[in-house]
Order: sequence, then C-alpha cells, then structure tokens
Amino acid sequence: MRIGSAKESYAADTALFDSPTQRTWLVVFAVALCLFPFVADDYWLYLACLVAINVASTSGLNILTGYTGLVSLGQSAFMGLGAYTVAILQIRWGTPFLLNLLAGGFVAMLAGMLVGLPSLRVKGLYLAIATIAAGVIAHFLFSHFTSLTGGSSGLTVPPAKLFGLELDDSFKLYWVIVPITGLMLLGAANLFRTRIGRAFIAIRDRDISAEVLGISLLHYKLMSFAISSFYAGVAGGLFAYFFRAVTPESFPLVMSIFFLAAVIVGGMGSILGSVLGAAFMTLVPELLKLLVGWLPLEAFGGNAALILSPVRTIVFGLMIVLFLIFEPLGLAEMWRRVRRVFHLWPFRT
Amino acid sequence: MNIDWWLLFEISLAGLGTGGLYALTGLAFVMIYKATRVVNIAIGEMLMIGAYIFFAFSAGMGLPIWLAIPGALLVCGAFGALVERTMIRPMLGESPISSFMVTVGLSSILVGVVELVWTADQQRLPEFLPTKPIEIGQAFVSPKIFYGFWIAVLLITTVLLVFRFWRGGVALRATASDQAAAYSMGINVPRVFSLAWVVAAMIAGVAGIVVGSIGGISSAMGIFGLSVLVVVIFGGLDSVLGALVGGLFVGLVEALTGFYIGGEYKILATFTLLVLILVVRPYGLFGTHEIERL
Amino acid sequence: MKTGVAGTLLEVQDLTLTFGGVKALRGVSFSVQPGSVTSVIGPNGAGKTSVFNTISGFYRPSAGSIHFQGESISNVTPPKRAALGLARTFQNIALFRGMTVLDNIKLGRHCHLRTGPLAALFYTPAARREEDALRQEIEERIIDFLEIDHIRKAPVASLSYGLQKRVELARALAMRPKLLLLDEPVAGMNREETEDMARFILEVRREWGITVLMVEHDMGMVMDLSDHVVVLNFGQVIAQGLPTEVQANPEVVKAYLGSGNIEALRARFKQAVRPTVNTRAVA
Repeated sequence: MRIGSAKESYAADTALFDSPTQRTWLVVFAVALCLFPFVADDYWLYLACLVAINVASTSGLNILTGYTGLVSLGQSAFMGLGAYTVAILQIRWGTPFLLNLLAGGFVAMLAGMLVGLPSLRVKGLYLAIATIAAGVIAHFLFSHFTSLTGGSSGLTVPPAKLFGLELDDSFKLYWVIVPITGLMLLGAANLFRTRIGRAFIAIRDRDISAEVLGISLLHYKLMSFAISSFYAGVAGGLFAYFFRAVTPESFPLVMSIFFLAAVIVGGMGSILGSVLGAAFMTLVPELLKLLVGWLPLEAFGGNAALILSPVRTIVFGLMIVLFLIFEPLGLAEMWRRVRRVFHLWPFRT
Repeated sequence: MNIDWWLLFEISLAGLGTGGLYALTGLAFVMIYKATRVVNIAIGEMLMIGAYIFFAFSAGMGLPIWLAIPGALLVCGAFGALVERTMIRPMLGESPISSFMVTVGLSSILVGVVELVWTADQQRLPEFLPTKPIEIGQAFVSPKIFYGFWIAVLLITTVLLVFRFWRGGVALRATASDQAAAYSMGINVPRVFSLAWVVAAMIAGVAGIVVGSIGGISSAMGIFGLSVLVVVIFGGLDSVLGALVGGLFVGLVEALTGFYIGGEYKILATFTLLVLILVVRPYGLFGTHEIERL
Repeated sequence: MKTGVAGTLLEVQDLTLTFGGVKALRGVSFSVQPGSVTSVIGPNGAGKTSVFNTISGFYRPSAGSIHFQGESISNVTPPKRAALGLARTFQNIALFRGMTVLDNIKLGRHCHLRTGPLAALFYTPAARREEDALRQEIEERIIDFLEIDHIRKAPVASLSYGLQKRVELARALAMRPKLLLLDEPVAGMNREETEDMARFILEVRREWGITVLMVEHDMGMVMDLSDHVVVLNFGQVIAQGLPTEVQANPEVVKAYLGSGNIEALRARFKQAVRPTVNTRAVA
C-alpha cells in the first residue's frame, strides 16, 4: 500500500514517472510493446498501428481542446493536409520519409495559424466554426487542385523508405509508427512541465487572470493551435504511409468528431487520457463490426455492411454525450480511481 | 458590360427566398442561445430530422399532408423537449464548451440515425406546395422558394408577436436576460428552457420541411446549418434582428456567388463572409458585447 | 528604478470612464509613491474596482492618463503591463481551478521565464534548469514566507476562502512586481486571517520593497496600514491624504453615513424613544 512518496530534490518531484512502481510498469509496458509484433497476427498489427496513429493525433487535439479549452472540429482537415503533403513529396521527389513527416506537420501548422488568426481573437466557439469551414475548404482544395492532388481519385502513396528498406507492411511500419507516437506523447507531457503548458491551462480556466499574469491570449492560443495542427499533420503523414492512399473523402468531418470523442472519452487535459481515448475509440468500431456480424440482420432484411457506417456515426456522437454527462473526466479518471483502490487497499478509498 | 437587370433581380429574389429560411432557422438558434446560453451546432441536423419525420409520416405512412405536417411538428417539439431534458439540462452548471460539445455529439447521433433508418441517399418529399412559377415583372421565381419565403415570414412574425405578448414569451425574455432574477420572480426556469427548445425544434422542423421540399432531403442536409451558423455570427448570437438581417444578407450573397461565380463557390463565399465579420465585428452586427465583471 | 514626476511610481491623472450612459469614473487623480501602502476606499459602487480595472488595462478610459514609472501605459496591453511590474489580485478569487497551488504560483512568474515552445516540447536542459530554479525560488521565498507549504500540492478548488486568497497573493508575488494591486485582500476573512494578511502585506513592503495599492472596506486595516488614503464616491475623489486627515474629513463621513444634520438626527431619535404613554398603566 503506497500512501505517499518522499522526494529528496525538486527535480525528482517534477519527474514524469515518480515512483519505482511506475517506472517498473513502464519498463514492462515497453518490453511488451517490443514483443507484441512477434506474437500478433496481421489484423492485430494493423490495429496497433492504427491505434498509434490515432493516439498521436488525439494527443495533439487534447493539447488544444483538453488543456487550452478550445474546441476544434478541423482535426481531419489538418491531418488531410499533412497526408497530402507527404504523399506529394514522396511521389514527386522521393524525399526521406522523416523529412516528409516534418513537412506535413509544418504545412498543417501553417494552415492552422491561418485559420486561427481571425477566429481566436474572440470566443473559443468561433474557432470551432472556423475549423468546420477549414474542413470544407480543405475538401474543396483536395478535389479541385487536380494537378497537385489527383482530384477525386486521390493519390497512391509509395511505401516509406528507411535505410533502404521499404516499409510496406504493418510489421515494418509498427517499428516506426509506435516510437514516433511515443515521442509525440513525451513532447506533449513535457509541454505541461513548463510555463508554456501552464499558460495553456490558465487560458482554459480563466483567461482574464492569465492576461493579468502576462500571458498574451492571442499569442498562446495560436501557439496551442499551431502545436496541435503540427501533431495532426504528422499523424496525417503517418496515415498516408500506412494506408498508402489519400483521397478527398479520406478526411471527412466525422473523423474530426471521432477525435473529439477520443479526447472527451479518454479524459480532457490528460496525456494518459489521449492514449486511452484513442485506443477505446479505435477498438469500438472493430467491436461494432463483430457485433453487427453476429446479429441476424438478414432476417430483418438488413445488410450488415450498410448499417455499420451509420451505427459508427451514432456511437461516436453517443460516446461524446454520455461521457460528458456521466464521466466528464473520462477514462483517465476511471483509471485513477482503480489505482487509488490499489494504493489504499486494504483501506477503502 | 451589359447587366441583365431582370436576371439579377431574379437571382436576388431566389437568394432572398433562401435567406428567409436562413432567418427562420437562425431564429430557432437564437432562441436556444438566448434562453439557455447553449450554442447549438446541431441546428442543421434538427432541421433535417424535421424533414425526415415529415417524410416518414407522409411518404412512409401515407398520411395526408394536413395531418403529416402538424404531426411532424408535434414530434419535433417532443424531440426538442427530450434533447433538452436528457442532454442539455445535466450540463447546466458546466462550462459553455461542454454544452457545445454535447450538441456536436447530438449532430453526429442525428446524422447516424437518419443514415441508419433511411440510408444516406437523397429522397424527395411529397409535393404540397403549388407548382406554378411566380412571375414578378420579367423575373420568374420558383414557387417553392416563393411560398417557402412567405411561410418563413409568417412563422417569424407569429413567433415574434407571440413572444411579445404571451406570458410564456415574457418569461423567456426574462430568463434570457437574467436567470437568477427570473427564478426569484417565480418563473419556472426549467420550464422556460424546455419551452425554448420545443419551440426552436418546431421552427427548425418547419424550416426542414420547406428546405426539403425545395431541394430534397438527405443525410447531408445538416450543411444548411453551417450557413445558419454564419448567419447568426454575422447578426450576433443573441440577436433576433441579427438573425433576420443576417439570413437575408447571407442568402443574397450565396445566390449571387452561386450564379455569377459558380455553384461550388457558394460555401466559399459564405466562409469568406465569416472571416470578414470575425475580423471586423466579432460580436456580429447586433450582438451584445459582453462586458465581463471582474 | 525609473520614476517620473516627483518620483511617483504610479500617476493617475483625470481618469474618466464611461459605460454607455453611466460615468463610472470622473476625473480621478492620485499618485502612488514608491515603497508606500496606499488605500482606495469609498462606499459600494464608488468606482474602486473600476479604477483597478483601468490600471490593469481591462477598461479603456475615455479620458485621462496613467503613468507607471514615469511612462504612459494607456496603450499598453494587460499582458505587457504585467511584464512592466504591475501585479494584481481580484475581488472574487481568480485562481486557476484546474491546477494545484504550486502550479498557480509558478504561473505568476510566467512573464519572466524564457522557455519557448520548442524547448518545452523537448524539455531541454535549459528548460529543466529554469523549472528547477523556479521551483527552488518559489519554495524558499514565497511558500515559506506565506506559510502555505502544507497545501502546495493541493488543488486550489479544495482550499478554504482565506487560503485561496493567500495563494492569490503568492501568485502575485511570484511576478516580482514593483506595484501590487490588492482588490479587497481581507474581504470575508475573520479576525485572525485579517491580521495574518495585514502582517504579510507589511512584510511584503518591508522585505521585498514592493509598493502596495489596495482597495479595502476594513477601516481598521486601512487606517493601520496605509501611508496614504484616497476616498472615492460616485466616481470622484472626494478626499485624499493621511489616514487621520481623511478620517476627520466631513465629506468622507457624509459619504459613508449619508448626508443630514447629525445633531437634528440625534434630537429626533431622543424624541422618538421618550415614552408618551405610561406603559405600566396600560398593562
């Protein structure tokens, strides 16, 4: 039973994982991650990569929505920009894949700042609407800039090349996607150990006080949006290398809602929440696929494939509503409760 | 350049006609915002549900129009009350961001439900409006848009009058102004919330039926709501007058853009308008600039 | 330290503030000397918080000027005023409820820190050093001084009102301000808490050299602590000077107690209290 932990230096106090137990579990988890690709079949590897990409994107959105309190419905648009940038660079110039990812991030970041400049000056609500607009405009660009983007048929992306090896299946991509996601999570966690992250939270909680303390609201809101868009762009690039195809329809508004749901379900303002939320939201459609496959739909004249998409849409929305009403702090809070039970056992919480 | 004035007039009339419907839906939005301080991004989807319920009653169940329309509106009202009670009321003390996100979830649920029950394909509503084109001078106006506009005008006027003189209307305005004071005056504030959502849902339902009659219904109808959002931002989130003026203006701009530049550029024009208003007058033409008490 | 006209730290001249048709402030002028404790008092609605909000930069005055350290700050945004050395606490506590006490205080130092977004993302050694130095300084100078070490990791939402006010003071101190604006620092506090706060304010002035400008209703505290008192009523300065001078000023008395002839009032009171009926006989 662990009630408290004594630290002997300030640095130790602010460490990310501050107890021997946590560090041990971290090592165990890392080892498990390394062993996983050798024991899992293709389907689970595919899912793992997808979860990792979604975690990367969700952590970006969490920085903006969970920590800074600005709702964005444009995550899919920025991912699309990153994906297309990566696709175009890879197809036309065959530039190194890490460089492409960074470029994708930058393009998305620039677009984000463009969207953010007018809409962040007033209420946060306007950003939400502006991001919907950004999605519509992005879709317009993707479909009409045919010379660059291949129009409605989109682009086929050649596999990423790392040290001469072509990353053309889930197994190989796993070893690239998971570490990149890990780095992005670490970056996000680091942000909140410094003044930048604290400023974001201050803006969410009480922006007038934040101003009085010297935090220029527009500057920091833009920064939060820029970082979040950068993350989305990189995740979009990973998406392009993973699915090997990008079309204007790959990044619909419902995908933005998916990521917003992931942030809410996982727990707003929590790095662990980004991981849990993304994993949960990625696995739920798979679960639904299974369930729908079991149901005797033919008897009712239904078709499993047809109802899957609308049911998914309903579930995304339902997750948002249910979690906001009943568990606003998300899965991360549930996790914390379980941990408390273990810490304080045999005492009750 | 030879401007065909009658053509311009014709396009403008069509734009104003659509504008009337934007104004009507904008009114529903403003009502919800004024009474419950919730930014309802699902307003377009509520419009869509209204159209589909009418579709279910008239085409699905074969009810005559004079039954289907009131029936659909009643269901819309009940739906509005249900949403308010189950999704909005629990979020009362939370931040406005939370209730906003709930409406995002709601919009997703509604789109999914429509796609599930009726598929994503476009459908046609049964005809119930006269079909003879209306002639004004040398300009022709589509009869559906013409009658749709006047339905909108009639409904807006009715709602405004009712809320001016009816007790419930006064209660609504009082609650919009100051919730705590309204409570202490004996106004049943939760009931006012329900009323606002019920009426707004019904108004959106009417708009949905009309819009659906003009352009058909589909699960993507919610995009109408996007233009409505621009309308209310343009006019001011809590201003009824703003919704009216904004609706007509946006309708006009869209129609002119659609004809002279191209149909696919309509939405681009709307969003350019959005950016302009955010830069020049972020609180909208008639919106109140909230001075925060420190 | 740069000071301007006659060495004043803050010079408010002819400040006029209008809200629609309401004139919240009319031609308010006063100055704050460095190293002093100045109090702004007046009945409710006199415009005291409006003065503060104008000095902070949230309201734009329709006329008048504010000079801080000899330079006009009328066109300086609130965040930049913080960087110049203007700190402030709020009447209704404005702490960040989603954070712990420690994080709130760290935010006070925000404008003096240098870590940028890139350094933050990678948590470079420079960023780490800055964070550690920040933590050390806050612990040793502020948390110790204000006696809040037992609650440093507590979420602020769970603290009592008095402690929250103290945390707000701690956060303002972390700004290393030259001028500290305290908006009703002891509102709602009991005797003991008020005395603690008064002690802290005096030590802040003595040990840290910070000038204090406060709005307060607690007359005892105002008179005991202040070097200079400014009295507002209906948006105008009706008196200013030493506490004893202001206390004796009949305008000030009238503002608080209402106008009217005190002697006539006393006479009528005596008359009302005198029995007109022999109550014993009735009973």
